[in-house]
This record gives sequence, structure tokens and C-alpha cells, in this order.
Amino acid sequence: MHDQPLLRVEDLVLYFKTRRGHVQAVDHVHFQLSPNKAVVILGESGCGKTSMAKAILRLLPRNVSRYSGKIELNGEDVMGLTDEEYRTRVRWVKISMVPQAAMNALNPVIRVGDQVAEPAMVHLDMDKEQALNLAQEMFQHVGVPVDFLNRYPFELSGGMRQRVAIAMALITKPQLIVLDEPTSALDLLTQANIMNVLKTIKWETGASYILITHDIATSSELADEVAVMYAGQIVEVNDAESFFSSPLHPYSQKLMASVPKLYDDEQPDFIPGRPPSLLDPPKGCRFAARCHLRFEKCDQDPPTFVVDGRSVKCWLYEQESATVIEPAIVKGGVS
Amino acid sequence: MSAQLPTSPTEAPVQTNDILISVKNLRVWFELKKWGFSHVGWVRAVDDVSFDLKRGEAIAIVGESGCGKSSLMKTLLLLNRPHQGQIIFQGRDISNLKGKELKWYRSQVGFVQQNPYGALPPFMTVRRILEEPLLINGVKAKAERMERIRQALQEVALTPVEDFLNKYPHMLSGGQQQRVVIARAMILEPKLLVADEPVSMLDASVRVEILRLLRKLQQEHNLSVMYITHDLSTVRFFSERIFVMYAGKLVEQTHIKDLLSNPLHPYTVALLTGTSEPDAANAKHLKEVPPGEPPSLVNPPTGCRFHPRCPNAMPDLCDAKNPPTFEPLPNHVVDCWLYDGDRTAYPETS
Repeated sequence: MHDQPLLRVEDLVLYFKTRRGHVQAVDHVHFQLSPNKAVVILGESGCGKTSMAKAILRLLPRNVSRYSGKIELNGEDVMGLTDEEYRTRVRWVKISMVPQAAMNALNPVIRVGDQVAEPAMVHLDMDKEQALNLAQEMFQHVGVPVDFLNRYPFELSGGMRQRVAIAMALITKPQLIVLDEPTSALDLLTQANIMNVLKTIKWETGASYILITHDIATSSELADEVAVMYAGQIVEVNDAESFFSSPLHPYSQKLMASVPKLYDDEQPDFIPGRPPSLLDPPKGCRFAARCHLRFEKCDQDPPTFVVDGRSVKCWLYEQESATVIEPAIVKGGVS
Repeated sequence: MSAQLPTSPTEAPVQTNDILISVKNLRVWFELKKWGFSHVGWVRAVDDVSFDLKRGEAIAIVGESGCGKSSLMKTLLLLNRPHQGQIIFQGRDISNLKGKELKWYRSQVGFVQQNPYGALPPFMTVRRILEEPLLINGVKAKAERMERIRQALQEVALTPVEDFLNKYPHMLSGGQQQRVVIARAMILEPKLLVADEPVSMLDASVRVEILRLLRKLQQEHNLSVMYITHDLSTVRFFSERIFVMYAGKLVEQTHIKDLLSNPLHPYTVALLTGTSEPDAANAKHLKEVPPGEPPSLVNPPTGCRFHPRCPNAMPDLCDAKNPPTFEPLPNHVVDCWLYDGDRTAYPETS
């Protein structure tokens, strides 16, 4: 049982119906997550990362036209559950979420303590007093002074509100927490503080994270594994160590090269062009039009190749001999 | 406002030095009122800030939200009036300009907003957006206006121009919208460009593109740029000098290279340690972050405003007396009592 992944996502598809056609927001995505690990989903805006989080939590809008695939949590297929079963047995019990801009997602007219206690009352059948006690415990966990329980959201700073949102996700002691851009609206030192809180929680409670972000530098604070998403597809899954030193997919390489570094004289670079529309994505590799290493084969859709346990959706890795990429190729392509 | 002041750049006094704008002891305080009339206090958003900005120089102002950097910026744009102190632009005090002169000053200063989508009126085409400043500033000939619009779009690399002229903002990507904002700021050929977190709303892959564009415009037009940000890692490539702001005060001013290699103020040191570099090792340990949060600007702490969070705070000094500006190294000034002596580097933490 020890080797069983906590979460296994297979062939997940989520399309939305719009007046202009079907938006292929999440397109045949595979990944898995082990207990007490954090996977970072990296990607630009509009690449489908938030849609994927919502697909996992089954928080779907009404215009979904296709939602299929397999989501296994502790070996149990949760896709087969009815909405009611999913709500009572999975959402916020086993998987919770800190939504994007969570600090503005709090209800302005309810005291933050009551808001944090609510999931415990709904899902753990606690009475209000017990739930508030638990909320108090959670507040200590995330570093919010306990007397803030009786405050309203507007009385708290952005960083404190973000901590409250995290406390709310933690209160039912879920195994998996989905964090959607948890620090993007915060200041630098507050960001570092929140990252410290998340790290401590991970070490102490053994929770797993799916961290959705476009901020590569900050994501390295938490990542055990990195999945790079581009135009609705996961193009690379790699462990953090290998990703931050030598990313595989050309898109990942370009992304890494676009990060300005504090103590490195190398000028950051940008990726020319823009991602394809998800209404009618190109037939072949979706990154081909912006890729510096493209060749004839890129007109066909690449399968996901596995190279030393890392998976990458790029024709460059078709041959086993291509398992090692020379840094020279990376640099030459970037400049 | 005396009558003999010139009203247009052609009549401006001859420059004897290369300083474009000089801010002296600037205070921007906002009055707090109870029930709308009785005075209860001040928000000291900008307190005693002085600096010079040379022609063609890019400076970055780094600080957290609520540190007063936006108030400082708005005051330079004369959207706020200074409470005290002077802003000298090309040799004349502009803090009380009115009417025509104010309009002239605003044509000299371009503004790049943080959120491009919010800054562009959704019901105007790109052509109309860029035409507006020209109409307001009396460019009467239609042909000239069109010529300048085309030129501005070419400068920000929105080409072919015809494809963009009749588009509405929602039809453009975030990066393109930000280019339109930059084109609008540049169309009156300003001397100073104020950019308020110009890339924080954009994707990583586009950020560098926009910052490079700003850098290119700065160098080609000998523009002065004031770049406001909280992201230290982008500063290094896009500005010459950096000012660190904390709770309404500039605590450290120096060249970017010196700041990175030898940060002096404890707050700067904290900012630098707080900045993440993409490195898998980060996940294995906690970051050292100063405790607490930036103070309220209504009742800032006495003495040095950073002392409640400072690891090196000295009792009876830092919490009692406001540190003056020391210059422990040439062109590297810092407001911190640690440098009241011959110390020239931040002390190692034991």
C-alpha cells in the first residue's frame, strides 16, 4: 500500500461549450501524486491549469460539454461517484482547495472564525463550539493571532486573509490541498511567509499539494515534482531537482530562460508569439509554432515519451539516444 | 504661482545640469477626518523623501504594498499634491501648477499603468485611444495625428499597424494591451515615463518582452524612467539605480549592482533573502523572513520605522531616534543607525 499514489489522474478531459465552439481546456491529461508530495502545475494564463484543478474537485460550470477520464484517490475511482456522494465524501473531506485570490473570496459580512469553522460543521458533524475550537487551532497553525477569530475580513491584511483561506482548507485535515495561485497577489515578504507556512504544514501533517502557479521562482519553494502545462496539455512531468536544472521540453526550457535571476548576469529571454486558441488548437504539437527546435515531425501530435522516469510530450525524445540534452543546445536555442 | 513662469518647453530655462527631476523633502500626507470634518490624524504615505533623477536614467522604486510608492508616483504625476517639500522639474517647482501649465507638465510625463485592461477604455479602438492625448494637446491636423499614431504603434512593435488600429482592447492579448498603454504614454514624447508595476499582470514569458521594450524606448529617446515594482529580480536588467522604500521612507539608494553585492539596510537584506530563485533546494528549508507586517502609516513606530522587525535593532537608539541618511560608501546611501561609524557592510548574523 505504501507505493500507491494518493492521486492518479488518467486521460482527464474537460471541454467547455461556448458560442464559438468547444474550448478544449483540459485535453487528455495524465499525472499522479504520491502522499506527502507537492506537484506544481506550471503554465501561462489560459493554459487550462485552473480548469484542471476544478475538474479534479468537480467544481464545474454549467457549460461543460465533455468531462471524462479517470481520477483515482487512494485507489478509488472518484469519477464514478454521483455529485452528492462526491460532495459528502471527497470534496473538503479528502481534497480541499484554496481558490485563486482566496483573500478576496472570503465573505465580507461573516466573521473569519465562523467562516473557517463552517467546513468542520458541515463535513465533520461538529457543533459550533467544537468547530470554533478547531478553527482556533488552525489559526495557530497558519500563524494568525487567535483573537482574529472574531474579526471581519476587511480588518485583516491581505497576507492574513490568505492564511485564513488556507486555514479553511486545512480544517477538515484533507489528504490533498489544491492551491490555486496562493501567493500571486501578495507582497514579497508575505509570499515568503505563506510559503513557509505551507512547507511547515506539509512537513507536520503529511498533506499533499497541487500548487497551480505561473511563478516559477516561487514554485520552487514547495515543489517535489513539476508538471508543465501548455494549451490544455501537460507537456512535461519531471522531479523538481531535474526540472530546475535541466528541463526537458523546449517550452519548459524557454520558460526557465524567461525567469530573471538576481545573481546571474544572463539576460532573461521571452517566448515570441502567443499560445494557440483552445477553440481550435493545432493538429500537431501545440507548441510547434513558437518552438526553437521544431522539425518536420512536429506536424504530428507527439505521444508522451518517458525518459528516466520523467515524461515529456515532445518528438525530440523519441529515440533513447536523446535522453541526454546538451546544455549547449538549450543555450544556443535560447539566445 | 507667479506669472513669469514659462508655459511651454521652448520657453523653459536653459538647463545647467542633467538632472530632470529633483524631489526635495517631499511629504505626502493625507488627512484623516471623522464624520467628514474633525481632524483625527494623518496618513504619512510619503515622509521626507528626497532624490534626483537624471535625464535618460532608469530608477526602480522597490517596496511592499502600502509603503507609499504609489503615493510617491501619483504625486510625481501631480494626481496628488505634495503636503510639503518640492518637486523640481527641469529647474522649476511644479508642485503647485494649475491650468495650462499643469496640462503642459502632464504632457511631459507618461504613465504606464499596472493593469492594462483596466487602463484602456473598452469602448474605444486603439486608434481612438492613441488619438485622445493628441486631441487634448491640440494636434489639430488629422494627417499629423494619424502619422504620430502609426509611429507610436511601430515603436511598440504592434505591426502591421493597420491590423491594430481598429481593434478594441478586449481583442488584444495582455502583452499587446500593455504595448498600447506604453504607446499612449509615449505619444506626446514625454521626458519622464512612470511605470507602475508594468508587468505584474502579465505572464512570465511576456514580462521580459515588455521590460525590454521599455528599456529600448528609454535608451532611444533618452527618457527617464521611474519603474515601480515589488519584484527585485526584474530590476537588475531594467534600471540603473534602485531605491528601497519602507513605510513612507526611502531607506536605501544606490546602483543596482552595489545593492545586490552589498545590501546595507536590514530591510533590503530581508527583501533579497525573501526573493526566490528557481532552485529545487528551496523546498528543503524555511526562508528567513522578518516577523510582523509593515506598520500602519497613521501611527508609524517612533525612531526607525523598521525597528520592530529588525534583527539588528539597537535598544534606546533605533526605537528612539529616526536615523539620518548615512553614506558609508560612495553613491550608496542608507538610513540606518548601523552605519553611524565606519561600518561599510551589513554585519554577519551570528
